[in-house]
This record gives sequence, structure tokens and C-alpha cells, in this order.
Amino acid sequence: MLASRRPLTTLALALMVLTACRSKPAPVPAPAPPPPTPAAPAPAPPRVNQDSIDRARAAEAARLAATATAAAAARARATLGEEIYFDFDRDEIRDDQRATLDAKVPILSSNPNVRIRIAGHCDERGSDQYNEALGQRRAASAKRYLVSRGITESRIEVVSFGEERPAVQGENEEAWAQNRRDEFEIIAGGDNLRAPR
Amino acid sequence: MKRLLAAACLLPAAAFSAAFSAAFSAAFAQDTTRVQGVRIGLTYAPGTRPGVFIAPIAGTGADADSARTILARDLDFSDRLTVIAPDGGDAPAGALNYLLYAQLGAAAVVQASVTPTGSLHVAVHDVAGAKVITVVDVPLPSPALGAEWRRAVHGVSDEVERAITGERGIAGTRILFVRDETLWTVDSDGAVAVPVLGVGNARSPAWHPTGRFIAYQQFAENGHHTVAVRDFAGGPARHFTGRGFLNGAPTFSPDGRTLVFGSGEDGIDLYAADPFGTEAPRRLTVGRGTQSYQPTFRPDGQRIAYTSNLPGHPEVYITDADGTNADLLTSSGMGEQSYRSDPDWSPDGRKVAYQSMTNGGFQIMTINVRDQSVQALTSEGSNEEPSWAPDGRHLVFTSTRSGVKQLWVLDTESGRTRQLTRGARARMPSWSPRLDAAR
Repeated sequence: MLASRRPLTTLALALMVLTACRSKPAPVPAPAPPPPTPAAPAPAPPRVNQDSIDRARAAEAARLAATATAAAAARARATLGEEIYFDFDRDEIRDDQRATLDAKVPILSSNPNVRIRIAGHCDERGSDQYNEALGQRRAASAKRYLVSRGITESRIEVVSFGEERPAVQGENEEAWAQNRRDEFEIIAGGDNLRAPR
Repeated sequence: MKRLLAAACLLPAAAFSAAFSAAFSAAFAQDTTRVQGVRIGLTYAPGTRPGVFIAPIAGTGADADSARTILARDLDFSDRLTVIAPDGGDAPAGALNYLLYAQLGAAAVVQASVTPTGSLHVAVHDVAGAKVITVVDVPLPSPALGAEWRRAVHGVSDEVERAITGERGIAGTRILFVRDETLWTVDSDGAVAVPVLGVGNARSPAWHPTGRFIAYQQFAENGHHTVAVRDFAGGPARHFTGRGFLNGAPTFSPDGRTLVFGSGEDGIDLYAADPFGTEAPRRLTVGRGTQSYQPTFRPDGQRIAYTSNLPGHPEVYITDADGTNADLLTSSGMGEQSYRSDPDWSPDGRKVAYQSMTNGGFQIMTINVRDQSVQALTSEGSNEEPSWAPDGRHLVFTSTRSGVKQLWVLDTESGRTRQLTRGARARMPSWSPRLDAAR
């Protein structure tokens, strides 16, 4: 009979568990699940089916939510990483670049564990060494801006690559304009970015 | 040796050739080891450079021939002597016929031999005085034409130059530079271009005044820079930081006791440290958000020239060595844009060399510190990053005139230039002090 064999099975399982992890303290044997209700007449949608439907619905909802969260995180990541551009030999934030910086503020506020590195870059014109310092000033300029919008100073690291890492090759204003930039990189706390509320 | 200089009276080139042909009609042995690029013979319009006759060197084969080639080239590159070194000929034996050398336009004769023990034995004759004025005897390390062998010959060249002009030459110096994101050195004649061992991801090298140590900027992939100091020959580096992750463009004070570099997180200021001490670097300039970078000392150590963007664009400033009393040195002249940078103070203290933007590229200029008179020294291609030789008249700089950026050497007195490096892009040159003391 099924019911009478169950304790034996449970015992056997418990023994198996015990032998499998002999060095660990003996686990409390899991309580035997209640025996299934003996054949009720006409169980319209079987309970198990309803459960799996619910589970599937929940899983789908969770999947959609996760997708939405991931998409929001990806958008937040992209917004945080968006570059800003500078005029030749200048470190001031251009008016047309403020929106790009402003968009980063709520993301940084919603994700207080995120730390970023701002890297300043220059175009190939100008002195190689002077541009190292100019790149540093460009990075510092963006940091100052974010700090003035309430972001904690210690969350932002600033470095310079001078003119050593151009984004675009070319000896024309179009290329130069794209190379005079700040890059933004998440260096900590970026695994589960939350979208700003 | 002023007398010797004054006695230099050179014949025109044509007359020289005629006299030479008459005097040396004997069959000449072929100089098989002649190094490519050497110009032998009367190169310049005579007038200010005493002629020096490099006699064929007595001794065996390659050593003798190539030592003569290097001596001739070194003295030619000095731009202070007119080298007379005709191909072939026999080593003079017995007493020199000074009258003959005088007729050839030589104020001095370099008579050399390679001894059986492998030394280079050199006598420098004063033609007008009809006597030997200097004797140099230097062992030649093997292998022949190896780096050490070449440097020994350069050392002889520099002694010959001292004997004739009164000032030691710079053939034995070397130039540090940057290639493929690491440090290299090249001898003053362009030979022996090799990476500095154990240095990677480095830029902006500078020599300690003894030539024994170097400073440079070390960088990591994440953009963190430190200033490093180590023995030129190798060994561990000491690292220096001011504030933040930019620490660069180092230089040593002329007494070698202070390392100055640029650092800063927001504005960039000059910082000073004892290169061999343990104290944290101290800030010199107070730029309040502006940029002070690329320091270079006046030879007395009392003043520092550097680049600042205080006027809204790069200009060269001068400050006291403690960071006070900053003054603008440069300002734009005809045809120049408002961009001057990369200063290097001349060893005689009178001038600062720098680069000035013109038509999108750069040209090398010097400014007289006393009266601010400016001299443009280059015009072909874009020319940047000047560094003075210890003789105070030659400059090494980068130029695009042959295509890829390479190092070139300019004699600021005659305007003569020569290409120093070839191959992959070369930049950020730093000319060594005279290295004899370090060897």
C-alpha cells in the first residue's frame, strides 16, 4: 500500500542525504508531503494544472518585468556613458552639452553605489604634453558640474588621456570635434542599475 | 685654444681640392667601412669653423677605418669645425709636414692609430704652432662598432673638439625619446637606437643632471599617471604623485636635488619633491583651476619656465623656483596664433626654446629672456618639443617634414639640420647632459 511505504521512502531519502554529507550535522528529514487527496470525483481543472498556469503567468510577468528592468538599466547605462564634447583648447562645458550631463544626475542619484570615471580627451592638434593637462581639466570640468548638481564628489574619478586615444581618425574639424571629449565609465556598483524614479 | 681658432684660415673649396689632388696623388686604399650618410670633405662655406684634417688611421682594417669615419662625422656634426677627411690615403708617418696641412686649410690635424692592444691613440696637432697639443689614449671595447665601442670613439671626438675649440663636444651624449609608448635612447649621431630596458607605458622622459638617473611619466590603462625616477641603467623606480591621477612632464633641477612635475585633479600645478627622499611632494604654483605644466629650470636653479593657460590659452611663463613672482614670457608675434608651449631653458640661461602654433602646425622658436626678442628656427613641416643639447647651440625636436614624426637635430647658429631617428614615430626627446661623469 502506498501510504504505508511512504515513511520507508522518506527514511531511505534521509539515509541517502546522511551518507552524502556525513561530516555535516544530520539534517532534519523533510516532512513527508501530505498524501494526495484520494480520487475526488471529477476534479474539474486539476489543481496541479491551475498551479502551473499560475506559475507560468507569474514567470511571464517576472520575465517581462525583468526585461523592462534590464532595458531600463541598459538605458541608464547608456545615458551615463554618453560623451560630451568641447571646443578647441577649452575646458568649459558647452551649453549644448549640458543636457547630456543633466541626464546623468538622476541616474547617479538613484544608484548611490555607482562610481564613475570621467576621462578627458583632446584632438591631435596642440602639444602632446599640454593636452594631457587639458584633458584632465575637461574631466574635472564635468565632475564639477555633476557635483554642483548634488552628486557626491568621492563617487567621481577624473583622469586624462590627452590626445593619445582618439575616438576617430582624421585630420579635419569633424574628426577633431569628436575627439575633444569626456568619456564616462562605470567603475563600481553598475551591476543592477536602477532607472531613476 | 683661442689662438688656434683665430689661426684658422681656410682656402676656398676649389683651391682645397686642387691642393689635395696634388698632395695625395698616390693610390688610395678603399675605405670599405664607410658608414652611410657620412659626408666627408669640406662641407661648409669656410670662415668661422677651423679646419681639422682627420688623417687616415694607422692600424688594422675595420677598427681603424670606421673609427676614422665616426671621428670625422662627430666633428662634422659639432658644426664648429670643418672636417677635412678625404677618402683613402695612408696614415702619415714620421714628422708631419705642417705647411702642407696649412695649405689644405687645416688648423689642426688628428693623427690616430689603433694600437696592437686595441686602444685608439690620438694626437691632435696645432698646425700653426707646429706641435702636438693633446694626446688621447682610449681602449676600444669589443666588438668593433658595438655600442660601447662607438661611445669610446665619440669620447675621443669630444676630446679632440675640446683640444681645438676649448669646449668639449657632445658626440658622447644620448637622446631619450618615446616610441611605441615606451622609452628609447639614441646616440647623438643617430646610431644605437634601442629601448630603455624595463620601462613600459612611459612618456615624457627627462635626464638627471648627472646622467645617472631618469624621470618619466608612467601610465596605466585606466589613466592613472605617476612620475617615476630610476637609475638609467635599470632597477626599481620610485613613484611620485601630487594630487589626483595626472602626474607628468617631470624635470630635475640643475643641482639634481629637486624633481618638479605637473599634477592636479582640477587645476594643474607644479609640484616639487626630493627625487631621493621620502617626503610628499609640495605644491609650488597656485593656479586656482588653471594649468601650470611642462616645467624647465634656469641653469642657476633660481627660476622655472613653464606653460600656463592663465591668459585663456597656452603661453610660457617664468616663476621663481618657489612658485612666486610668475611673469608672462611669451606673447604672440607676426603670423603666430595664441598658442605657445613646451619650453626648454638653454644651458647658457639666455634663451628659452618653445613651440608656437602657426597655420595649424607648430614651429620651433627661441625667446631671449632679457629682451624678449624672438627667433623662428624652423619652417618645414610641423616642428615640436625642442630640447637643448648641453653645448647650448644644438636642439633636438620632432618634425613631420619627412612624413612620420621623427627626431631632428638643428644647429641654432648655422641653421643646419639633420634627421636623427628613422622608423616608427618618435617624439618627446630629451637631450642628455655630457655623460662622461656617469661612465
